[in-house]
Amino acid sequence: MAILVYADHNNQELSSATLNAVTAAGQMGGDVTVLVVGEGCDAVAQAAAKVQGVAKVLLAQDASLKDQLAENVAPLIAKLAEGYSHVVAPATTTGKNIMPRAAALLDTQQVSDIIAVESADTFIRPIYAGNALATVQSSDAIKLITVRTTTFAPAEAEGGSASVENVDGTGDAGLSTFEGAALSENERPELTTARVVISGGRGMQSGDNFKMLEEVADILGAAVGASRAAVDAGYVPNDYQVGQTGKVVAPELYIAVGISGAIQHLAGMKDSKVIACINKDEEAPIFQIADFGLVADLFQAVPELKGELEKQGIQAR
Amino acid sequence: MKVLVPVKRVIDYNVKVRVKADQSGVDLANVKMSMNPFDEIAVEEAVRLKEAGTATEVVAISMGPEQSQETLRTALAMGADRAIHVVHDGELEPLMVAKMLAKIVGEESPDLVVLGKQAIDDDANQTGQLLAGLLGWGQGTFISKLKIEGGAISVTREVDGGLEKIGLKLPAILTVDLRLNEPRYASLPNIMKARKKEIAKKSPADLGVDTTPRLKTLKVAEPPKRQGGKKVGSIAELVDKLHNEAGVI
Ligand SMILES: Cc1cc2nc3c(=O)[nH]c(=O)nc-3n(C[C@H](O)[C@H](O)[C@H](O)COP(=O)(O)OP(=O)(O)OC[C@H]3O[C@@H](n4cnc5c(N)ncnc54)[C@H](O)[C@@H]3O)c2cc1C
Ligand SMILES: Cc1cc2nc3c(=O)[nH]c(=O)nc-3n(C[C@H](O)[C@H](O)[C@H](O)COP(=O)(O)OP(=O)(O)OC[C@H]3O[C@@H](n4cnc5c(N)ncnc54)[C@H](O)[C@@H]3O)c2cc1C
Repeated sequence: MAILVYADHNNQELSSATLNAVTAAGQMGGDVTVLVVGEGCDAVAQAAAKVQGVAKVLLAQDASLKDQLAENVAPLIAKLAEGYSHVVAPATTTGKNIMPRAAALLDTQQVSDIIAVESADTFIRPIYAGNALATVQSSDAIKLITVRTTTFAPAEAEGGSASVENVDGTGDAGLSTFEGAALSENERPELTTARVVISGGRGMQSGDNFKMLEEVADILGAAVGASRAAVDAGYVPNDYQVGQTGKVVAPELYIAVGISGAIQHLAGMKDSKVIACINKDEEAPIFQIADFGLVADLFQAVPELKGELEKQGIQAR
Repeated sequence: MKVLVPVKRVIDYNVKVRVKADQSGVDLANVKMSMNPFDEIAVEEAVRLKEAGTATEVVAISMGPEQSQETLRTALAMGADRAIHVVHDGELEPLMVAKMLAKIVGEESPDLVVLGKQAIDDDANQTGQLLAGLLGWGQGTFISKLKIEGGAISVTREVDGGLEKIGLKLPAILTVDLRLNEPRYASLPNIMKARKKEIAKKSPADLGVDTTPRLKTLKVAEPPKRQGGKKVGSIAELVDKLHNEAGVI
C-alpha cells in the first residue's frame, strides 16, 4: 500500500494542516508520498521532504496550478492516484474543494472529515454536527479521504529526508480563472492551531467591542474566533467562524464570550480540552458543556479578565 | 438561463439527534424534517436570478423518500417553477446523488446548477464538486457573492484565510455558503400556488444509476459526553481555576 497526501500550502509555506494529514496517512499503513501542487513552491516541497514519515515528495508546478483551482488540480490527482491505495487531504477549504472533484474522476465515494483511522479501509467520521460518530468502511479500490486536522497530532516537521521528484501538471482546463483574494491579516496565531481561542458572539454587539477580546487574546497568545451570528452581523470576517459550517478547533482552552452555545457552534469547539464561558444568561446551553462558566455581563467581565491576568502576571506560553 | 437547484430533506437544524440504541444509525422517527438550510439559500439565489431577469426557469430536484415531496413543495413555494423527484428509500451516497444529477443535467441542459455547500445531516460537502467533476464543468464552491454578466460569472468564495474571487465559464456548478443571502419565507398565496406546480417523478433506474453503496456504515455511536456545568463566582476565581487547577494559562 502507498498513500498520497495532498499538501495544503500557499506557495510559500507548508501549512500545519498537512502535518496532521501525514499522521493520519501513516495510520492507514504504507509509504507516504506528499504531493505539492502550485507555482514557485520549491520551498514548500523542501519543507515537505523534511517531515518525518514522508518517503517521497512529488512536485507539480506551472502557471495553471498556481492558485490550486480545482478544475486544474483534480485531473492531476486522479492521474497520480492510480499508483496509490489512498489519497488523503486535510479538510481545509482547499481540500474540501478539490478532493470530491478528483473523486468524481476516479469514480470513488470519498470519506469526508475523518476523526480516526480504524484500519486501512475503516474510518470514523462525525455526522449530524458531531452529535453522532459513524464508523464507515470503504469498498473503493482507491480511497479518497479528507482529514479533520484537530484530531490527529502533527507529524514532526523536521528530521525526514525524502526525495523530491518533479511531475507534470495536466494543463489548464480553461474552465475557471483566479481573480484575487482578500485574506485576513493579523498577527495572532491561526485559529485552528492556537493553544488558546477566545471567541465572541452576538452578545459582543459590535466589531469594535471585539477589541476587548483581542486585548485578552494578546495577553494569552490566543486566536480570536466568533459565532456565526457575530460574523453574519459583520462584527468580524468570515474566517473567524467556529462551528459545523465554519472552522473546527480543539485548543487547550476555549473561552466563549456572549455565545449561547447552539448545536452548530458546539460542533466546532466541543473537543477543546477546557471550555470556559462568560454569559449573562445562566440558562444559556453553553454552560452545560463549559468546565468553568461565569454568569456575568461581558462588558464588565472581559475588562476585568484582562486586569486580573495582568495582575497575576499571566503571559502567553 | 435555466437553473437547477438540488434540495435535500434533512433533520431540522434545531433538532438534537439521538443515536439508536443498536448503533445502526440515528433515530429519525417522528423527528421534524426540513429543507437543508444551505439549499434554502440556493433556492433563494436562483429565484432572485429569475426575478432579476437573468434566469428564465428554476427547477428544484430532490432525491429521497416519498416525503421529499414536501421539501420540493417548499422550493416551489419559494419560487421554483417546477420540480423533479427521484424517489428512493434508503441510503444515497453523494457520488450516487451526483451521478443522478448529472443524468438530469443531460436531460435538462441547464446553464447553472446551484447546490448547498453541505447537507447538515451527513456533512459530506461533496455533491457539488462531484457533479462538476462528472460533467467537466467549472465549480464555484462556498460562495458568498455571485455576479453574472454575459456568458461569464464571478464568485466570491469563503476560504480558510478569508475570501477568494474566481471567474467561471458557463455552464457551471455553484455551492452556496451561509452569507450569500437570507432566504425568504414562502407566503401563503405562494404556498397555495405551489400545490399546482408540477413535480415529475423518476426512479434511480430511470436514470440508469446504480445506487449500490460504496461505503458500509458499521456503526453509529454517541460521541463522548463532556462533564460540564460547573460555575465560578467571579473573574478572579475563573483565572485561578484556569491557572492553578486546569493549568491551561
Ligand atoms: C445551517 C446552519 C449552519 C450554522 N453554522 C454555524 C456555525 O458554523 N457556527 C456558529 O457559531 N453558528 C452556526 N449556526 C448558527 C447557530 O444556529 C446560532 O444561531 C449561532 O451560533 C448563535 O450565535 P450566538 O451564540 O453568538 O448568538 P445568540 O444565540 O444570540 O447568543 C448570544 C448570547 O450572548 C449572551 N449575551 C448577550 N449580551 C451579553 C452580555 N452583555 N454579557 C454576557 N452575555 C451576553 C446572551 O445571553 C446569549 O446567550 C448555523 C446555523 C445554521 C442554520
Ligand atoms: C450513517 C449514515 C446513515 C445514512 N442514512 C441515510 C438514510 O437513512 N437515508 C438517506 O437517504 N440517506 C442516508 N445516508 C446518506 C446521507 O444522508 C446523504 O444522503 C448522502 O451521503 C449525501 O451526503 P450529503 O447530503 O452530506 O452531501 P453534501 O455533499 O454535503 O450535500 C451538498 C448538497 O448536495 C445536494 N444534495 C445532496 N443530497 C441530495 C439529495 N438527496 N437530493 C437533492 N440534493 C441533494 C444539496 O444541494 C446539498 O446541499 C446515510 C449516510 C450515513 C453516513
